[in-house]
Amino acid sequence: MITLTDVHKAFGPKHVLQGVNLTIEKGTSMVIIGGSGTGKSVMLKSILGLVVPDSGTITVDGNNVQTGDRDAFLARFGMLFQGGALFDSLPVWQNVAFRLLRGALKRPKAEAREIAIEKLRRVGLKPETADLFPSELSGGMQKRVGLARAIAAEPEIIFFDEPTTGLDPIMAGVINELIREIVTEMGATAMTITHDMSSVRAIADNIAMLHDGVIKWSGPVAKLDTSGDPYLDQFIHGRAEGPIEAVR
Amino acid sequence: MSLILSPLAALGATVLAALAAMGRVALYAFETVTHLFRPPFYGREFLSALVQIGWLSLPVVGLTALFTGGALALQIYSGGARFNAEEVVPSIVAIGMVRELGPVLGGLMVAARVASSIAAEIGTMKVTEQIDALTTLSTNPMKYLTLPRVLAATLAVPVLVAVGDAIGIMGGYIVGVTRLGFNEAAYLKNTVDFLELWDVTSGLIKGAVFGFIIATMGCYYGMNSGRGAQGVGRATKAAVVAASVLILAANYLLTEAFFTS
Repeated sequence: MITLTDVHKAFGPKHVLQGVNLTIEKGTSMVIIGGSGTGKSVMLKSILGLVVPDSGTITVDGNNVQTGDRDAFLARFGMLFQGGALFDSLPVWQNVAFRLLRGALKRPKAEAREIAIEKLRRVGLKPETADLFPSELSGGMQKRVGLARAIAAEPEIIFFDEPTTGLDPIMAGVINELIREIVTEMGATAMTITHDMSSVRAIADNIAMLHDGVIKWSGPVAKLDTSGDPYLDQFIHGRAEGPIEAVR
Repeated sequence: MSLILSPLAALGATVLAALAAMGRVALYAFETVTHLFRPPFYGREFLSALVQIGWLSLPVVGLTALFTGGALALQIYSGGARFNAEEVVPSIVAIGMVRELGPVLGGLMVAARVASSIAAEIGTMKVTEQIDALTTLSTNPMKYLTLPRVLAATLAVPVLVAVGDAIGIMGGYIVGVTRLGFNEAAYLKNTVDFLELWDVTSGLIKGAVFGFIIATMGCYYGMNSGRGAQGVGRATKAAVVAASVLILAANYLLTEAFFTS
């Protein structure tokens, strides 16, 4: 279970997180929605320890994320970055098997390659893709390689940062299905940031909306359309009029 | 009153900012060195950096040294002629190359080629979230990116300097023999007889220090790159400028330490 309690974070004069409280139950898929620049990525990076909050606590299964064995902590996570964040200098299979080629999870090279190819197949990519370099792939393929890398070491917790941004609707649908399947099959806890409402409905068990540095609304996906929350309603229907200012 | 205080305040702020930047660079360099004694180590990254920084810099360092040695021979011959001291060309070319021009020009050329390349590569990795990705994959970017490059540069630049010294002396030899009428054997004998081991060693030590500076600046500015293409461009420029200025400053300090007693 991931718990954020009164988390604050500012960058200079800009107060991005102003007291975030949120709980993500183990084995569930939480989707974070909210306008651009509302601090969704900062929140996600705070959980991973990539950003240190100014105050508040973040715990994973009761353990504070800022203390303890960092490697062991990060070994529990997988993350799909918005732009893929693939390493240009490495071929695709080494990107996917990055964690399996070094550190505590190190395997023999042949075994790591085999696992990488299996994960590539899992995200719908052919084995021939394994020896290509990221620059030789399309945006959608890079995203899928990023997804394969995120699940390669079968992590307990997976984060997806805007998994369908920049993809065509068909590819976005494929990625959504993959994420749902992976979360269901692996029993992982998932946290996804997205603006794409079709993704929200496809991926989420629960939804939280971040606005003005706090969680404005959270609840199960079934209540998304009947919440009665004006912020949520404006966001999910994409209205220019409402409590959320269009110019921020 | 504010007419007097405003410039002083601006000067103070600039000095404080410069001191803070120096402190950050020093801490970064110190942290890099501490990783040398703490596993894990990434041998593959080190070997790759060694090839990129050392082997692939050979042509530019070699050509620079060749032309510098030749020009130095012409200058010394021309200047020496004023005192009927043309015969000092081989010895002065040798000492000039191994003590000063080899390490300094080699260092500056490697700074231009390598510091820029490292800063641009790491800066791009930062803006495309590859550095964050490394961290989430339980890999410390300081260990994976910085240490291999700094170690490789510290070891490779002295070798480049040694090769550059030899090529520079050869450049002087070619010009001396073909253009200035020196006897081949006498030129070589004068070169060898005049050089002392410390002349060469001091140049190699300078090379190691310059290598450390070059890679540290490249990595530091890359890791602290701003967003977007402009941020990476600024980081690259800053890395080359900082590395070049620090090389010249360090060269003066090392020369003072090595040769003034």
